[in-house]
Amino acid sequence: MDGNAAPRGRSLHRFANPGRFMRLSGAVLPWVAMLGIAVSAVGLVWGLGFAPRDWQQGDTVRIMYVHVPAAWMAMGGYLGLAIASFTSLVWRHPLADIAATSIAPVGAVFTAICLITGSLWGKPMWGTWWVWDARLTSVLVLFFLYLGHIALTSAFDEPERAARPAAILALIGAVNLPIIKFSVDWWNTLHQPASVTRFDAPAVHVDILWPLLIAGLGFLFAFAAIVLLRMRTTILERRARALMLARAAEARAPEAVPA
Amino acid sequence: MSEFLSMGGYAAFVWPSYAVAVGALVALAAVSFRQWRAAKAEVARLEALGPRRRGGGGA
Repeated sequence: MDGNAAPRGRSLHRFANPGRFMRLSGAVLPWVAMLGIAVSAVGLVWGLGFAPRDWQQGDTVRIMYVHVPAAWMAMGGYLGLAIASFTSLVWRHPLADIAATSIAPVGAVFTAICLITGSLWGKPMWGTWWVWDARLTSVLVLFFLYLGHIALTSAFDEPERAARPAAILALIGAVNLPIIKFSVDWWNTLHQPASVTRFDAPAVHVDILWPLLIAGLGFLFAFAAIVLLRMRTTILERRARALMLARAAEARAPEAVPA
Repeated sequence: MSEFLSMGGYAAFVWPSYAVAVGALVALAAVSFRQWRAAKAEVARLEALGPRRRGGGGA
């Protein structure tokens, strides 16, 4: 690994240095976390108390201010997981594998929030908690992809050995992302089509768009803060494991110090 | 105020949505923070135990 690819590998891995990552992430994490709390609070309070009610849906439209940002994070998180997995597979970037491992549980929680709030919105508006609509089903598949990734990474005693199979799973699952995105156009059953993330201008009024985008930005900061925290934890856990193994090796052969 | 709380008759759907979102994110953040604290303490314990430090790494 180090032999032939040393010059190129070194330049890339300079940014993968856990020591550097720990310093940088430690400096930005408190700010990202505070922004996550503050911006989410502004967006959610705005949506809950100040945004207009819908002429058809009444106050249930306020569920949108948690449901849609959670859906954005569910899909954006999986995009991040797929990019980290690709980077881990192709360049063996050590931080990429740690990022993928850290993103999966956070993405799973946002997907669960999306599914539960969608159900709470569907009951009063569609008359059902759940229906096997293409959008709902593909997001449920997304949730199971996250759970599968978590199960796979925690199934190995040596966390580094889980990197490859988990990355392959994440990349295969990425075909689900365009299916989710375009499901509302391909199978127009119950879930409404996109009204914000369209190729032309958003189809919602600014009084709705602003609190929605602010809640989305707040969720993005919250997502980033929790992922950074979990990446730091994973690095520490792997370091603790390495220290334990080193101690065990020394205990077995006190004379032979491994080089 | 009571009009705000009743959410136009949809209180049973609107409030649980916000409670689930905020509750799940706070719980995830709390669990993640506790895991970080435990991992930090474990590394500190192991580093204090081992008198022989073989360079590299650093946090």
